[in-house]
Amino acid sequence: MKQQILKRVLADREAKRQFALVTRLETGEQSILYLDGADEGEVEIDSALRSTVEDAIRDDRSGTVAGAGGDMFVEVFNPPLRLLIVGAVHIAQPLARMASVAGYDVTVIDPRGSFATDDRFPGVTLVNEWPDEAMPPLDPDRRTAVVTLTHDPKIDDPALAAVLRSDAFYIGALGSRKTHAARVERLTESGFGADEIGRIHGPVGLSLGAVSPAEIAVSILAQVTRTLHDKERVAA
Amino acid sequence: MAADAGVTAISKDDDVLNEARVWREDGRDVAIATVIRTWGSSPRPVGSHLAIDSGQNFVGSVSGGCIEGAVIHEAQEVIATGKPKILEYGVTNELAWEVGLACGGQVHVYVEKLD
Repeated sequence: MKQQILKRVLADREAKRQFALVTRLETGEQSILYLDGADEGEVEIDSALRSTVEDAIRDDRSGTVAGAGGDMFVEVFNPPLRLLIVGAVHIAQPLARMASVAGYDVTVIDPRGSFATDDRFPGVTLVNEWPDEAMPPLDPDRRTAVVTLTHDPKIDDPALAAVLRSDAFYIGALGSRKTHAARVERLTESGFGADEIGRIHGPVGLSLGAVSPAEIAVSILAQVTRTLHDKERVAA
Repeated sequence: MAADAGVTAISKDDDVLNEARVWREDGRDVAIATVIRTWGSSPRPVGSHLAIDSGQNFVGSVSGGCIEGAVIHEAQEVIATGKPKILEYGVTNELAWEVGLACGGQVHVYVEKLD
């Protein structure tokens, strides 16, 4: 690998671009191919290879593929997965920490300034806005999970309304079965269809018998993880 | 994440590539090993990295420790010749003195010199 290529990879990763490093295994020649269409380097990229590599980037799946120039190793670089937590409540504290360790970029959204503070969420991106304002610029995509934790329909409902038609790979909402049934009713009245509302994991989390905030965070992160990899298995 | 969060994202061994760059800029001879294919229960996913210098210092991992020694050894030749290599490791007999994966998986590792 040329130092110049490595520097480029590191800079593009820092800039959170979506790209792949393509290595022709027979010769060691390399190119960087960006999802937005550009490429540069020594490997000849024909349209078949480009489309294979673009699929790999979208599926976040590195691997070895056959190309016209022999076997190619495609190493995908995508920005970190994101977790958007609505509600800077007690459960959000261990969840933000655990998700960070698991590799997520975590953002906590809560319009109540005394909840979302740096003291309670050190190192986490905090957004002190109502979710209906905060969500659209965050643009939840297929590498984003969203969890609402406030129980408060004034905060949770606008958040759900803003993400139910997004590409987010996971949507979860804290609350008992009863709370969730009421939530389903409200969202139905607001014009959301059963398919859209059915995307919500509620009550949130895998059933682990979790009691403490940290245990509930484990059950939520476990469900997010399983959903992420279920999608990968479907894509494969 | 910021260091003051008290946690570090460890799911991706991203810092291995950065370490390789720093070593090279310090004038050291460096090779990068990358997992390019796996079968069965191999411990590290495709895209995992190990950076090695000519003094056999290393950072990162391409297995749970099963084959690192062998990869570091092979990397010395890659550093000397500048020619990339694909190393193939499979199931080992735990009673034999060969290098392999006790877990029963198979892994291919691409080793290249950082020019």
